[in-house]
Amino acid sequence: MMTGRWMTLRSWLLLAPLLAVMTFIIGWPLAKTIGVSFTDAKLLGGAVNWVGVDNFSRVLTSAAFYSVVWTTIKFVLVSVSAEFVIGLAAALLLDQQFVGRNLLRALMILPWALPTVVNATMWRLIYNPDFGAFNAMLTQLGLIDAYRSWLGEPSSALYAICLADVWKNFPLVTLIALAALQSVPRELRAAAVMDGAGPWSRFRAVVLPFLIGPLTVAIVLRIIEAFKVFDIIWVMTRGGPANSTKTVSMLVYEQAFAFQKAGLGGSVALVMVLVSSLLIAGYVGLLRRQGEFR
Amino acid sequence: MMERRSLPFSIFLYANAIVLGIFIVAPLLWLVIMSISDTNDLTTVPLRWLPQTLDLHRYGELTSTVANSVGAAFLQAMRNSLLVAGMATIAALAVAIPAAWSVSRADGKLDVSLYGIIATYMLPPVALVVPIYFALSALGALNSVFSLAIVYLSILAPFTTWLLKSNFDHVPVEIEKAAMIDGARLDQILRRVTLPLAAPALTTAGLFAFLLAWDEFFYALLFTAKDSKTLPVFIADLAGGRVADYGLIATAGVLASLPPVLIGFFLQKSLVSGLTAGGVKG
Repeated sequence: MMTGRWMTLRSWLLLAPLLAVMTFIIGWPLAKTIGVSFTDAKLLGGAVNWVGVDNFSRVLTSAAFYSVVWTTIKFVLVSVSAEFVIGLAAALLLDQQFVGRNLLRALMILPWALPTVVNATMWRLIYNPDFGAFNAMLTQLGLIDAYRSWLGEPSSALYAICLADVWKNFPLVTLIALAALQSVPRELRAAAVMDGAGPWSRFRAVVLPFLIGPLTVAIVLRIIEAFKVFDIIWVMTRGGPANSTKTVSMLVYEQAFAFQKAGLGGSVALVMVLVSSLLIAGYVGLLRRQGEFR
Repeated sequence: MMERRSLPFSIFLYANAIVLGIFIVAPLLWLVIMSISDTNDLTTVPLRWLPQTLDLHRYGELTSTVANSVGAAFLQAMRNSLLVAGMATIAALAVAIPAAWSVSRADGKLDVSLYGIIATYMLPPVALVVPIYFALSALGALNSVFSLAIVYLSILAPFTTWLLKSNFDHVPVEIEKAAMIDGARLDQILRRVTLPLAAPALTTAGLFAFLLAWDEFFYALLFTAKDSKTLPVFIADLAGGRVADYGLIATAGVLASLPPVLIGFFLQKSLVSGLTAGGVKG
């Protein structure tokens, strides 16, 4: 029989390839980013000087940084809350019996499966200021008088992107919530009906306890992802017009790659890592508490 | 058991179902219509929603192999995407299978390491990209599908480990113990007992990993150029460039979406476990 020590050694040996991958492709670059952010390193080489916390103080005292942070927060708040509301409503709908329910449920896969860049491109075409379907629809319905540049105006660009993001991501909330709803035992629902509970109190007392855990997981996951947003914005507006859609990830990209200031870009990225870590810690905590809910 | 529904409630239900259906389908339908419409139909105001003539020439254009054509570039990008996603998926499974089995059989003692790994891989890629760029550049390994596949391994491996671990939990340890008593070695047990029992899970994990790699844009944008561009980068270029034909951009989008949409339908049943494990794309 195997001894405990051999078992432990074997466990770690089997884990080793994964740990090696994570160390080389995540651990090492992260450590290196920390190092770089205290220097004035350029992307394409040249002399590297230690500058202490200069990058951080520059970032944290610049108004441009806070405006980018605010844009990111707006994006997260608007997108994720809309995804939560529409996603939950759709799940409650799909939990009912009606003709076409399975078809509708299957259709929910489509936005989720569509590649992010294709989604962004599709909405960019839909929002086209001269010929786009969005303008055509609103004009033909009589809701607007003239075509507008939805992505070209600072007042509407971010919200137009939010709509595209919501369309793609609300099915995630729906699918997770629906799975939770369908795990509510039928007998429990039937018993509540027999006890004469109304729809609202049935929802609160019977359904909600099953829903709240998975739904929280879905929302926190969406917040983590939305906070990192890059792809959809890069394709739809590249951060414009007038920086109105520039998010933190876009700022790092701009500083480190477009302006070649690797050190400064790295320091912005590190500030972002700090905030992300808090969210991720919350998410992992949730997952642990729930075990593997499936 | 079902409650009897009132007529107004039924009407309310169906009305909502129809609105939801339209909201999901309309943008996609428009993407497909754009791909098969004549450019004149797409650029008229007021817009004609249904094309006057069916125009399939763009599908031919994008699958043309004539040198230096947009079709050749598209096919090259498709090939790159298939290569990168395929290689990264196989490598991820090779790393994830032993790791997931190990964590699963450690009775919770190694769970902490798994949660740690999950946490690490959710970090924003902007925090890693500069040093990876430095390293690839120093090694002369930029603009290579192989380098990109290795970078993707850092996303795919933790994710597949997480998915497989919960599936290995459901393979009874007794069967493995019986094989062990019969004198089977560890690799034999894995190959002949555990993996066949977990075969559906392996397929699911592999397909999820493939989807993640197919969708990735950020690293691909920064680490590839010309011949090594993947589909998302190609499409972003096309959309951001001076292509006058919107239908062509739409066609590229439709073609690039076919594989993941088919995989998505195939994955329907196991979707929720994958979604929770972080199989989502921002």
